[in-house]
Amino acid sequence: MTTTTAPRQIPNRLTSPAARALKSWESLLLVVAVAIFLMNAMASPYFLDPWNLSDASFNFTEEAMIAFAMAMLIVAGEIDLSVGAIIALASTAMGMAMSLGAGTPLIVLVGLGTGLLCGAFNGALVAGLGLPSIVVTIGTMSLFRGISYIVLGDAAFTGYPASFAWFGQGYVFWVITVELVIFTIAALVFGTLLHRTSFGRIVYAIGNNATAARFSGIRVDRIRFILFLLTGLMSGVAAVCLTSRLGSTRPSIATGFELEVVTIVVLGGVSILGGSGTILGVVLAAIVMGLVTFGLGLLNVPGIVMSIVVGALLIGVIAVPRLIFKLRT
Amino acid sequence: MLRKILTTAAMASALMAGAAQAEPMRIALVAKALGIGFFEAANKGAEEAAAELGDVEIIYTGPTDTTAEGQIEVLNSLIAQRVDAIAVSANDTDALVPTLKRAMERGITVISWDSGVAPEGREMHLNPSSAPLIGNTIIKLAADHLPDGGQVAVLSATSTSTNQNVWIEEMQKVMGDYPNIEVVATVYGDDLADKSYREAQGLMQSHPDLDAIIAPTSVGIVAAAQAVTDAGKVGEVNVTGLGLPSEMAGHVKSGASQSFAIWNPIDLGYSATMIAYHLAKDEATAEPGATISIGRMGEVTLDENGEAAMADPFTYDASNIDEFSSIF
Repeated sequence: MTTTTAPRQIPNRLTSPAARALKSWESLLLVVAVAIFLMNAMASPYFLDPWNLSDASFNFTEEAMIAFAMAMLIVAGEIDLSVGAIIALASTAMGMAMSLGAGTPLIVLVGLGTGLLCGAFNGALVAGLGLPSIVVTIGTMSLFRGISYIVLGDAAFTGYPASFAWFGQGYVFWVITVELVIFTIAALVFGTLLHRTSFGRIVYAIGNNATAARFSGIRVDRIRFILFLLTGLMSGVAAVCLTSRLGSTRPSIATGFELEVVTIVVLGGVSILGGSGTILGVVLAAIVMGLVTFGLGLLNVPGIVMSIVVGALLIGVIAVPRLIFKLRT
Repeated sequence: MLRKILTTAAMASALMAGAAQAEPMRIALVAKALGIGFFEAANKGAEEAAAELGDVEIIYTGPTDTTAEGQIEVLNSLIAQRVDAIAVSANDTDALVPTLKRAMERGITVISWDSGVAPEGREMHLNPSSAPLIGNTIIKLAADHLPDGGQVAVLSATSTSTNQNVWIEEMQKVMGDYPNIEVVATVYGDDLADKSYREAQGLMQSHPDLDAIIAPTSVGIVAAAQAVTDAGKVGEVNVTGLGLPSEMAGHVKSGASQSFAIWNPIDLGYSATMIAYHLAKDEATAEPGATISIGRMGEVTLDENGEAAMADPFTYDASNIDEFSSIF
């Protein structure tokens, strides 16, 4: 912690068998993204329309915001499966604040605050009590959403103030949506945090060998707690965007979000075992997912076929580099 | 914002002008989720309407599971394709509103059917039926098999179920049309199979001359039919009301239920398509009091909320139960 030289030139994973393939991971994703973009443009006359592409960005922006924080968490060897449920609880809290007469700034604060609290709860159980994060967050996944169901039942919060709609339905200029701007800022912040700060290096260190990191004087539990806080906070940000976009809250909001987020992170080249991965990869993976679902949607491909394509893409992108590596050696 | 509306309006009108010349009108029928028999049947009806209208292409689509977020993705891609009309059975009354508003801003006709969208998110909503029509149908189903009159009892859901209470109330209003029919009791099975079963048993014990049980709930009707079968009273007590063909097929064949009713999804898809077509062609307007033709189903009239009721619930009996029990 007392090093004065900037951290640099340290491989993310010294012993990784796929180290060489990983070097080209982002370029591979970029190629896939460009290929899908061109295929979409050829397949549908409606694809290359700025407004349509702007609408399509909603297919991934909210998931991606959480994916950045989730990527850091997974790099550190942990996971948070409660993010969808955090959105539900944060959205419910925002609805309650709204029904009590809160204005837009307070509603947003309540949403972010609930996200932080949920993250702190997860973090305390994982870092404080040393419980496995997958078990804790499967539990809180039911817990958080359960609270929303108790509060709302089959009812819904509607009637958010008009100014609140800005987050999920507004445009900064021309076709650039507010959500795209938040997505970009989040990408830059998390990219800087993971790749340009000592905090980021510590995250990699924990993911590669938490015991060694602890013996090196790293306060592993505190870092883990902070990562859960960040994931909770980003879930709160996503909750603000999604609630604003839907203009309403139901307890079933964001069902299945956790798997979509983890899919983006894994597709982005983050090792599910921890220790490696980049934010750039996650950004590209989010765009690839958005392009695939939107492109197939334009061709009216049924959703069931779409999930097959996404699954095949995920396995393909992950398996191909490893296959090439095996063939070479 | 203003510029956005202007450009989209210009784009939409340019496209509509182009579409009017040669291309078929594209109507999107959006299901709550794909792979559900009810909606597949509605699609059949939509295709039937398209064949009848001639210049219509049906895009039948929907999310993989019944989430509002999934449906919004589907709607976004339909808006991007600039379909002419969207007819949606909503997974969420409110959450689809912002997306559907944008669709309407871009010149797309939007209606909801089966499961409605809040008024500001659609031009009109097509209900499969209405409370007065249902109230009349359930007593008529019982009376049709009692030419000499008789005693009937109602097995409802909970005493606080809004739907059932309204239907029973509407039924009471038309009892004057059935002078020989006497409603001897109304009991509540709470939409629980075992409680409904016991209540039906109790009805048969306390009213030995009972001729029919009317259960306007899909749980109650099955339980009552089972209770009648177990009591050996098939042929004596006729069970009718509202139920699902797939759950009632056995009881119709055994004779425990002569007939029952529920909306017909084929007719619903057909009518939704017809309405979307007429609205998109500007042959009709969606305003309170307006009348819109729905082909072979006649016509519908919009109420002050922009809602319309398609028809009487469709009657299912031994003649058609096999065809529909495989659908829903």
